[in-house]
Amino acid sequence: MSRSGFLRLVAERLGFLVLTVWITTTVTFLLFRLMPGDPTLAYLSPTFNEETRTALLRSFGLDKPLWEQYLIYMGRLLQGDLGTSFLQRVPVSQLLADALPNTIILTLVALSIAYAFGIVAGAFLAFQRGRGIEGFAIPAALATRSAPEFWLGMLLLAGLAFQLGWFPTGGAVPPGSNLGGIGDRLASPEFWRHLFLPALTLVLYLQGLPLLLMRATMLEVMNDEFIVMARMKGLSRWSIVMRHAARNALLPVVTAFALGLGASVGGNVVVETVFAWPGVGRVLVQAVQGADYPVAQGAFILISVVLATMNTVADLLYAALDPRVSVGARR
Amino acid sequence: MRAARAAWRFLRSEPFAFVGAAIYALIVVTAIFADKLAPHDPREILRVGRRVARYLPISPEHWLGTTSSGRDVLSQLIWGTRSALQVGLTAAIVVVAIGTLMGLLAGYLGGWVDKLITRLADIVLSMPFLPFMLVLAALTTPGTTVVVACVALLLWPNTARVIRSQVLSLRERAWVEAARVTGCSNTRIMFVHILPQVLPLAALYGSVAIGWAILAEASASFLGFGDPDTISWGVMLQEAYANQALGRGAWNWFTPPGLAIVSMVLAGFMISRGSEKLLFPKLADK
Repeated sequence: MSRSGFLRLVAERLGFLVLTVWITTTVTFLLFRLMPGDPTLAYLSPTFNEETRTALLRSFGLDKPLWEQYLIYMGRLLQGDLGTSFLQRVPVSQLLADALPNTIILTLVALSIAYAFGIVAGAFLAFQRGRGIEGFAIPAALATRSAPEFWLGMLLLAGLAFQLGWFPTGGAVPPGSNLGGIGDRLASPEFWRHLFLPALTLVLYLQGLPLLLMRATMLEVMNDEFIVMARMKGLSRWSIVMRHAARNALLPVVTAFALGLGASVGGNVVVETVFAWPGVGRVLVQAVQGADYPVAQGAFILISVVLATMNTVADLLYAALDPRVSVGARR
Repeated sequence: MRAARAAWRFLRSEPFAFVGAAIYALIVVTAIFADKLAPHDPREILRVGRRVARYLPISPEHWLGTTSSGRDVLSQLIWGTRSALQVGLTAAIVVVAIGTLMGLLAGYLGGWVDKLITRLADIVLSMPFLPFMLVLAALTTPGTTVVVACVALLLWPNTARVIRSQVLSLRERAWVEAARVTGCSNTRIMFVHILPQVLPLAALYGSVAIGWAILAEASASFLGFGDPDTISWGVMLQEAYANQALGRGAWNWFTPPGLAIVSMVLAGFMISRGSEKLLFPKLADK
């Protein structure tokens, strides 16, 4: 693809990203305001007294018609103002900024391990095509994808944390101690000990996709002419697999990684809840359970934006890595 | 009869699909006869003497033991098949109906309809599934309706994309042209001539959607947004988690519902993997 063609693709995808984010935030606005019940729920807690209530109503413009409220909402959103938590009386943006690094660390660690394992195992399985191991490995990979994430987490918790006592049963640090900055967290062995089980759960759940994808594309690539050529040159089987086939088979896996990163930030909801991991997903669940609507709304918007952004990144990566893709051919 | 024989031949030649279909059959039979198969009333609080029979281990009397509130685990597991089938089938039918309709319209009509539907699908796919379901459940009444609605609203694009590409190739066939020149309306061509051709493909996506819906229901229940009055595998797991079954090591309580979910979702995957070879013979040589 030409340089200008690629730039045009980038512009097009970014434009679509803006459109998607705009629609998502609008849907969120409508969801939280048009649902049965009090439309002011998103900003008012029933515990406020009458005075605070009217003052808040006015400050958020909730006494105004819906379209005007919408403009105010969008204006505040653009400034990064997501309102204030009912329960904790702190800005929502601050709550989310505290939780986001934990979610990102968990997701990145788990995804990297899952993909590293999936790629190697998938390549290996493609190599073992038609042998006995296939009949066991493929159903096994499918089974881990069929298991509810939280149940995998429960099994690991019951076995490794409660029964054997090897790992803590929840949280990100021992009870009572402070989380500290990101640097402190990454340097603390306790943090990694707490990270182990939630990350392992995610690895088990996530490895199936790269494994099956890698195997399928490897099988496809192995039949290509340049592999046949390499075989005729007398290269060893291992060198053919690793040097020639794997490189070309990696492309869909790389794209899936970017997509997986976006999806996991939202999908971690249950794993974070099982292990009481202080991430964005748990913030969302607790906010929803405690009717803390500003926090729920903010967390939902954050998760959607991350997902939409990573979808765009995946699209662009695919185009950048594969010279065969022409502009707009994928959709 | 011919269809039945063809289905049987297909199942015998595809071990994956055969195992999947066998699991489905087992679950359907269990659901139908749940009231006869379950040794106890799944809601009954059982007693030993005058004390509630809490946390009983596996025994001939209770094959899978009892829960923290003295209910029989096996009976709950058996009754759970009904709710699983109900959620799975309703969600799958709705998803497949919407997806097929959208795919048919986009593929056959093309032009701005196609563009609009494709864009809509892209936007829907960038909505986070679980968080969306949570928010919807929080703002309405929690329960299976929300789960089915979410699966329907957010998962139709997968089916629609595949149906669309299939329709794109079908509409160029000679018999479609023949129907057109004999004066068939677009609606008639789409629903009478093309629709039956794409239905097997749609059913394939339906079998995967059943699994998705069951996983979604389990997650919703686990997070506290299920219907507490139904007996479902998700609600069982939530109860076990909330009542310290993990700390007590009550494996007999929290392992079976998870295995049941895995086998049912896996069955959908296996059927779709097996039938892919039938529907896309090109892949089969690989």
